[in-house]
Amino acid sequence: MLLYTLKRLGLALLVAAFVSIVAFMLLRLSGDPALAIAGEGARDEDIALIRQTYGLDRPLIVQYLDWLLTILSGDFGESLYFKTDVAGLIAEKLPVTFLIGGLSLLFALALSVPLGVLAAVFSGTWIDRIALAIAVAGQALPNFFFALVLIMLFSITLRWLPVSGSDTWAHFVMPTIALGYYITPPMMRLVRAGMIEVLGSDYIRTARAKGLSSLSVIFKHGLRNALVPVVALAAVQLGFLLGGSIVIETIFALDGLGYLAYQSITHKDFPVTQAVLLLLSLIYVLLTLVSDLLNAFLDPRMRVA
Amino acid sequence: MLGRSLTACALIAAMAAMPAYAAKKDNSIRFAYDQVLENIDPYYNNVRLGVIMNHSVWDTLIYRNPKTNEYEPALATSWKWIDDRTLELELRQGVKFHNGEPFDADDVVFTLNFVADPANKATAQQNISWLEKAEKVDQYKVRIRAKRPFPAAIEYLAGPMPMHPNEYYAKVGPKGMNEKPIGTGPYKVVQHDIGKVIRLEANKDYWEGAPKPKPSIDKIEIRMIPDRQTQVAEMLSGGLDLIMNVPVEQAEQLRAAPHLAVKSGLTMRIVFILFNAGENTPMPALKDIRVRRAIAHAIDKETIARELVGEGVRVLETVCFPSQFGCTDEGAMRYPYDPEKAKALLAEAGYKDGLDLEFFSYRERQQAEAMVNYLRAVGIRANLNFMQYAAMRELHRQNKAAVTHQTWGSFSINDVSAGPSAYFKGIDDDMTKDPEVIAYFEKGDSSVDPEERKEAYKRGLQLVNERAYAVPLYALTTYYVADKDLEFEPYPDELPRFWEMKWK
Repeated sequence: MLLYTLKRLGLALLVAAFVSIVAFMLLRLSGDPALAIAGEGARDEDIALIRQTYGLDRPLIVQYLDWLLTILSGDFGESLYFKTDVAGLIAEKLPVTFLIGGLSLLFALALSVPLGVLAAVFSGTWIDRIALAIAVAGQALPNFFFALVLIMLFSITLRWLPVSGSDTWAHFVMPTIALGYYITPPMMRLVRAGMIEVLGSDYIRTARAKGLSSLSVIFKHGLRNALVPVVALAAVQLGFLLGGSIVIETIFALDGLGYLAYQSITHKDFPVTQAVLLLLSLIYVLLTLVSDLLNAFLDPRMRVA
Repeated sequence: MLGRSLTACALIAAMAAMPAYAAKKDNSIRFAYDQVLENIDPYYNNVRLGVIMNHSVWDTLIYRNPKTNEYEPALATSWKWIDDRTLELELRQGVKFHNGEPFDADDVVFTLNFVADPANKATAQQNISWLEKAEKVDQYKVRIRAKRPFPAAIEYLAGPMPMHPNEYYAKVGPKGMNEKPIGTGPYKVVQHDIGKVIRLEANKDYWEGAPKPKPSIDKIEIRMIPDRQTQVAEMLSGGLDLIMNVPVEQAEQLRAAPHLAVKSGLTMRIVFILFNAGENTPMPALKDIRVRRAIAHAIDKETIARELVGEGVRVLETVCFPSQFGCTDEGAMRYPYDPEKAKALLAEAGYKDGLDLEFFSYRERQQAEAMVNYLRAVGIRANLNFMQYAAMRELHRQNKAAVTHQTWGSFSINDVSAGPSAYFKGIDDDMTKDPEVIAYFEKGDSSVDPEERKEAYKRGLQLVNERAYAVPLYALTTYYVADKDLEFEPYPDELPRFWEMKWK
């Protein structure tokens, strides 16, 4: 187990390093940051000054290594746009993003587990079909479109919920649904497949034969075992939710990390973009690692991999 | 497309529902803007919202009346040029900042010298780079010195140059000014959550005799909402009272909402096609004046303006905004839409079988596509390259883009020195560099006699047209959507004047 953990950890670090290089290069390829910082009507000498001030005139590899070294020493640098410390900016925005990510995951679980169980128990019937249809719709709708449909329904027609902002709990309802619904289908299908497999196994037959109630068999003996892979998947999906909240936060004007990423991209504020990308990819890699280890812990067969 | 149908659906939904009047009841306005301000301090941002904050929270030494375009006393009661580089101003007495600090010469001198010092890295350099220094004469008299003869200084002092309280600014700097802004203006900032919301409250002690009236609306809430669909949804659901820069197709649809009013207004942003007819142009055919003139005759600007720009558009004959000092189309050569003449000119220049042209653009794509199609109709094989502004400017300045679709807002400065001078005075964006044209704009920018300036600009603008270095097109409009009970007026400087607004 220890060797396996170390191997996965090493791989995770490599992936994180690779992501940081790609992020750095892509940002530089997307245009000269000095031009973007200078703005409309800037003179050539202003642009040259900016290039020099921010060290943008040095070779890319030098810039990258310089950035990496300062990051490793814990200094994320200063935002070119807001002129404040990047670490502070991120720390301020992170809670909102984690809140939406967490709420969305809970929402997705609350929707996918019952739907999956229903679909498995009534497998092949119309109930199964409806559960599948609900799930497929979630995956088929792009989340920005679904978000706008929610706004139309709940804010414009019914006037139950505020369109945008993050002041009260009501502001979080639509973002949670829009973001969480999108990851429901894979989880629901996993619950369904797991349940069908488990319900057909020998020990369930034994449990039924003992005369246990049907509900007790399904939830106590069936679901508990079927949920193992779902826990692992949920960990990975949380990473996806944190990244996916860029669009959702922008639509709902939630002041989180995703919104900060969007602003930093539009303003070519590359110290912020780089830091956010690095952070999100680290979280993603970390969650994948946790999910791998969790799986291995729960299912010894996987440790060989 | 998706946005349009969604707006339409949302509209039907909204008409069935009752609008909310929460803001009207407590005499406040809820406004939204799509771009976050890097800093509220007007010297440290380049964003339109910054201009709005500048005039709401601060005052300037001189005031330009937006209706008459005349200069009126504000924090300065009178001013005069004592030589061609030095302006002497008498200051108003009895004005207080929001924190109680009295306004006097020390505030003016400190503010101007602070931002003029390159070490303080003010962002809006184009607005202050003319400034050399400010000196105190006595407690209510200052002298402002320009680096070179700069008659447009009065326009700049009436625009992007607000006055900060010296003691406070010396202590907190631009960073503190952003967190807790202090000015003398009609509104006070009571809350600033950076990147999220700015809340203003009417300044009850706003100084007597100010050219801006005492505000009637008590509270203004300015929220950052980056997505335009969301802004529109907020308007439809009654969550906002005013938005600006609404895309034309959405604005036209919102006219159907019974609780909203749609207003359009002309802006100072002019649109023109700029040629690189210089020595190193990537398109040598452009060195032939007949080719440039053919392009000018090929484009039907009247139709583009009517069909694609929107209500209130103004078609232009010279490359400046008509209210700008020195802007005129008197005696300027005109290029009416005439495809036959365009073809004839091309044939005469030896391009009977047409020629290839790379067309560069960075905004209003529909309008750019229309221009490209007009060029194709006269046999010019035009190809549209659509990109970010910074990328297009780089190609233009490196002699890699010969024909660019430019738009220029002159930073809302009502003087030709901030407009066509940027493109024809031989500096960075002028690739053609015609010495005669340069000489006229130089003279216009630096002469002290207003009549001499006007004459120089007139000749410069005439020459740009005669030699067809650019094709003047039109000035853009912008759309505002507001609650139908909110009284407000759009101005060409795109400044929503909260202090003039009222609820019906």
